[in-house]
Order: sequence, then structure tokens, then C-alpha cells
Amino acid sequence: MSRSPSSAPPESSTSSGPPPPSTRGGHQPDAPSYFLFLWRAFRTAFDGRWPYYAWMTLLTICALIGANAWAHQVADGLVRTGMSDHVSWGFYIANFTFSVGLAAGAVMMVIPAYLYDDHEMHDVVIIGEMLAIAAIVWCLGFVIVDMGRPDRLWHMLPGLGRFNFPRSMLTWDVVVLSGYLVINLHITGYLLYMRFLGRRPAKRWYVPFVFVSIGWAVSVHAVTAFLYAGLGGRPFWNSALLAPRFIVTAFVAGPAFIIVLLEVLRRVSSYRIGLGPTRTLHQIMKVTVAANLFMFASEVFTSLYAGGAHASAVQYLLFGLHGKSGLVPWMWTAIVMNVASIIILLLPRSHQDGRLLAFACVLAFIGVWIEKGMGLIVPGFVPSTLHELVEYTPSWTEWRVSLGVAAAGLIVLTVALKIALAVLTGRVTIEGYVPSIRPPAPAREVAAE
Amino acid sequence: MDKLKRRSLKVLGASLGAGAFAVAMEPLRAFTAGLTLDQFLRSHFRELDPEELKDLLSRLEQEASEKIGRPVTMRADPPIEGVQFGYALNLSVCVGCRKCAEACHIENNHDRATNNSYIRVLEMDQGSLDLERGNADYDHPVPQPGKYYLPIQCQQCENPPCVKVCPVEATWKEPDGIVVVDYDWCIGCRYCEAACPYHARRFNWTAPVVPPAEVNTDQGYLSNRIRPQGVMEKCTFCLHRTRRGEMPACLEACPTGARVFGDLADENSPIRWVLANKRVFVLKEELGTRPRFFYFFDK
Ligand code: SF4
Repeated sequence: MSRSPSSAPPESSTSSGPPPPSTRGGHQPDAPSYFLFLWRAFRTAFDGRWPYYAWMTLLTICALIGANAWAHQVADGLVRTGMSDHVSWGFYIANFTFSVGLAAGAVMMVIPAYLYDDHEMHDVVIIGEMLAIAAIVWCLGFVIVDMGRPDRLWHMLPGLGRFNFPRSMLTWDVVVLSGYLVINLHITGYLLYMRFLGRRPAKRWYVPFVFVSIGWAVSVHAVTAFLYAGLGGRPFWNSALLAPRFIVTAFVAGPAFIIVLLEVLRRVSSYRIGLGPTRTLHQIMKVTVAANLFMFASEVFTSLYAGGAHASAVQYLLFGLHGKSGLVPWMWTAIVMNVASIIILLLPRSHQDGRLLAFACVLAFIGVWIEKGMGLIVPGFVPSTLHELVEYTPSWTEWRVSLGVAAAGLIVLTVALKIALAVLTGRVTIEGYVPSIRPPAPAREVAAE
Repeated sequence: MDKLKRRSLKVLGASLGAGAFAVAMEPLRAFTAGLTLDQFLRSHFRELDPEELKDLLSRLEQEASEKIGRPVTMRADPPIEGVQFGYALNLSVCVGCRKCAEACHIENNHDRATNNSYIRVLEMDQGSLDLERGNADYDHPVPQPGKYYLPIQCQQCENPPCVKVCPVEATWKEPDGIVVVDYDWCIGCRYCEAACPYHARRFNWTAPVVPPAEVNTDQGYLSNRIRPQGVMEKCTFCLHRTRRGEMPACLEACPTGARVFGDLADENSPIRWVLANKRVFVLKEELGTRPRFFYFFDK
């Protein structure tokens, strides 16, 4: 693959192979080159080898199944879900909450890279930011499918509608999530565009934003926690520990996803990713998985030992209440998974064995998904504010719609990564475009798109 | 050649995808067909000027009348200057017959299939105010020995948590103390339903159905008109009645006279007499919601 000599990677990007950055040079950024960038990025998205097409087709089918289920739900009403006036939020909001965590946790990559100047981390920062972007797509998707009147979404637009800011925490969430999306789009877009031009990125155009995005990541998740914690009528949520717990679980789910993703990319892409980032994330997870378990335990202790209104929700969650125990198997699965994952993460062997580590990550990821999804939302409603016990199970429609949203986010993630890797490996630059169908050079035999 | 084949495959794939998308979204048509541009672009209730409000009401009136084949009156009576509505309930005489809940069901044009009502009556153990020991689903003759009955509806809080959380200001507190919802503005996020500590809010999980012959034709924009699908609704102390001096339907239906309704700002009102002479309490006082719905025991 010919790489133009002037193609300069973002600073310090050394492990991926391209020549060291030239201090000047590259092309001037201007409108035509930007459109060329967009056009080539677009082309890249539609161009790949058969596994790429197969994967995208699969995702598209899932997204269509979801779209269809959602269309039915909008037409008939949310009666198609398992929700009721007793449990008025369910699977969608659970997944929304989890996705916010994922978005926040994804920039965990960025903290070591920039705060501690970990150079190897710089190479994979973009991957974290792209996960953040996809996770925000999940967040928006899950909120929109939960709305009774999606046709009135515009009522939320400041200026056009009536945006109840700053009183409603939901409006805060809208602000921080969209801000977060913009910041991450800017950082990734800028770095890739510069690489595309063969220029060295100017620090002032991205480093400040990187720092903002770190703070912002914490704020998106704290705000989402406050959304629940601020409701005095729901004792299960009305806890000061909720926001810290959210942040910690975010820093479990984000790194877990990225470790697995890096493992996958090592196999399917020609972009060489060192083991350093994985090691760093592994260390982070050792702390966060344990901290999460500890916080959960202290939450459980406080509620159960003191008794009262707070206790009944926890009792329902862990042991069942008055013969109703829908969440019990879920919750214990989550606990077992979290415990198993911390044990594996602490095993010295997990440092050498990529598969074992990935397994621990999958366990932690699913564990947090249950615990912070259904395990967090549903007990807020069971027992209800009048202490009625009405249980909730997601309906078939909810599963299908959620599948669709998940697929849509994965489409975004796949395409974004595809473009990013094509640019980072120098296949797509202002000078040229090397379609991936070209017979790969022997050294890249393993490279698939 | 190979390139051409590839390109045509791509075009084929893309058009297949687009076609499949159109098919998948087809059911949405049923929804958009019932939605006019006017409805779509309607402004918030409180942003309408008197002219627009008049137009809107007459249009709604016409639509509602056409739908059931009988004339419907659609009003939006403004709050009466200086009036502050309050409600009190005598738990010593309430027998738990649920006549109030039934009257609410009829008066407010609730969905027949779900038997919805803004009032839930809890059967409570004598000697306990712990809601945890209440039962809303009792199905036996009342009153039972050793029990008392606690009807719960919207408490029209002075500090309503539901209003605070609404992202689009679709719900607010009127000057006379009634918390209302603009059914044509609510986006159906159900944040308010999560925020309410009294289970006072109800969501229209589907479009409510009332047989035309049973529709209450005396309707208010902010109260008992038939709600659209996918929006929140709640008790308004029947403001379409109370704002013209009548009593709420639940009060009129109560066979024991347990309910006292009136103007908190009027010193001579019966509700003020209750507040002055009975030891009243409110539900979940510790949450700081400051309800305008008071309970008391006689003996
Ligand atoms: S459901 Fe409607 S009234 Fe309630 S918070 Fe959401 S938009 Fe506001």
C-alpha cells in the first residue's frame, strides 16, 4: 500500500507504522479538501470485503426489525410494551441509562492518554471517542422509542418549544448529551481530517476539547443519576450514592467494551494496536469492578439493615417480596458475573491470556447491564408509591425495538471505525484512495475490513 | 467489469435496503393519518391568545361532536381570581365503597376497558398509616371490621414534584392551585409519573375508548376532554365543574359525606372550618410536597 510520504499521523502515533510526522507540510485545510474528506469517508463506508458486508447486512436487518416494531408501537401506543402506570419506565429507560454509562466510560481511554501522557494510549483514543459517539446514538434512540409522542419531539427544542431548563433534570440531560456528542464529533473529526491532509494536528484545536470531554463525560453520567436521585418519592433511587455508583459502573462498562473491541480490531484490521492500552484498561477495571461491588453492597446494607420503605425495593430486587420475585434471578446473575469478573481480572493469567481477559470483560459488561439497567429502573417502581406490587417484564415489542436501537448504534460504530482505521492506516488520504478490494499485500493478508 | 458488477450490486443493495425500510415503517401511516398539520404545530396552551384559544376550542368542540354524533361543549374556564381550591376527607366515615372512583371514571371520560379512575382507595389496617400494609385491590363487601379506607387522588401539591421535572412545561400549576396537563403539548416521557409520590398520574398507553353514548359531553380543555394516545393525564378536582361553582364529581357521588371541598382562601368555607377544627394530616408530609388534600379522623 503506497503511503504518500507527506502523510503525517497525529503526533506520537508511532505504533501504527506510518512514517514519523513531518512538522510542516501536508495540505492546507480548505473547503474542497474537506468535501473530498467527507466524500472519501463516505466511499470507505460502502466499500469493504465480504465479512464487512455480511456484518453490515446483519445489522441492517436487525435495525429494520426494530424499526418495524417501533412503527407498530407508535401506531398502537405504548400498550405494546410491558409497562403500566405502576412500572412506567422499563427496558428502554434501563438501556438508556446503561448507554449513558457506556458513553461516559468510553472516554476513560482519554484520561490516561492525556492526563498522564501515556503515548501508547493516544493511538486508541479515537476508538474510545467513536464508542462514545455510538453510545450517544444508543441513548438518543432509547429515549425516543420510550416517548409516547415522538411527533412532539420538537417541543423540547430550545426556542421552538418550551425547554424547561434548568428546572427539569431531563433538559439537563439533553444539554449534556448533545454537547458531548458535538465535542466528540469535533475531536475525532478534526484528528482524522488532519491525518487525511497529512498535517500535524494543532494542539489548540483538540487538546482543550479533550479535557472538556473528560469533565463532560463525568457530567453526562452524574446528570443522568440525578435524574433519578432527585425524585424524593422513589426511595430506591433517592440516594446520594447513586451518582458515584453510576460513574464507577461507567468505568466498568466502557473499558470492558473497549478491551474486547481492541481484541477484535487486532484480528480484523491492519491497524496495529499495542498491548499497552489493554493493560491500562485492565488495571482500571480491577479497581472499578471492585469499587462497584463495594458500593452495591453498602447500598444493600444501608437499606436492609435500617428497614422501612427503602428496604422493600431492595428486598424485592434480591429476594422477592410477597411472592413476587421477577428480578431475583436477573440480579443474582449480575452479582455472580461481577464477582467472577473481578476474580478473573485479578488472576495473573488474565494478563497474558487475551481470551480470558475478554471473557472477564464480557461478564462485567453483562453484569453491569443488568444491574444498572433493569436492576436499577424496575425496583424504583416496585413497590409503587402506594406500595402496590405490580411486576414488569419487557414485551416482545420492547425486545425487538431495543435490538433495532442496538443495531443502529453498532452500524454507527462500525462505519466510524471503518473510516477511522482507513485514515489512520493511510489508505485514505487527500492524495489517494486505496479501495480495500485491492488484493492485499502479503504482509496484510490478515487485514479484513 | 468486476468493478461494474460490484457497483451494480451496491446499488441493488442500497435500493433493497431503502425499500425494506419503507415497508418496515409502513405501520406508522396509521398514526400520521390521524395527525393534521394544525395539530402537529399547535402552540402551548399558555401561549395562545384569546382569539386563538376560541378558535382552538371551537375546532375541538366540532371534532369531538362529530366523533360521537352529539353536541359537545368544550370550555377552558379561567381560574377564578383569589380562589384556592382545597380538599379534605373524613377517614372516619369513608366506607371504601369506591363510589367516588366510579364517578370519576364517568365524569372524566376514562377509558372503559381499563376501568381507569384518578382515585385509588386503599383498604388499611386500623391503627396503621403505613401504606405498605394497604391494599388497593380488595374485592369484598365493605366496610370490613378492623379496616379503614384511604382514598388517594392527586394531592394538588403546593410544591409539585411532577411539574418541576417536566422537560417541556406540559404540566403546570394553575393560579387556583390545580396542577394541569396540556394534553396537546405533553411528549409522553412519563418523567412526571416517576416523580409523583402519590401515584396520581396516569398515562394513555393507548387511545382511550368511550362508547359515544356514554361520553360526558360537558368537557374542559385542561380536564375531562377525551385524551389523545401517548400523553399524561391526572385529576384536576374536576376544574370544568369547580371553576363554575359546582362540586367535584367524586364529592357528589360520596354516599357518606366524607368529602369536603372548597376555597382555602375563603375564611367561611367548610374546608376552612375542617382545617380549623379537626386535626388534619397530609400524606407523605416528609417529602415536602405540601399537599392541598387533607385527611382527618372524627373520633
Ligand atoms: S409525560 Fe408529559 S407532562 Fe409528564 S413530564 Fe413528560 S412531557 Fe411533561
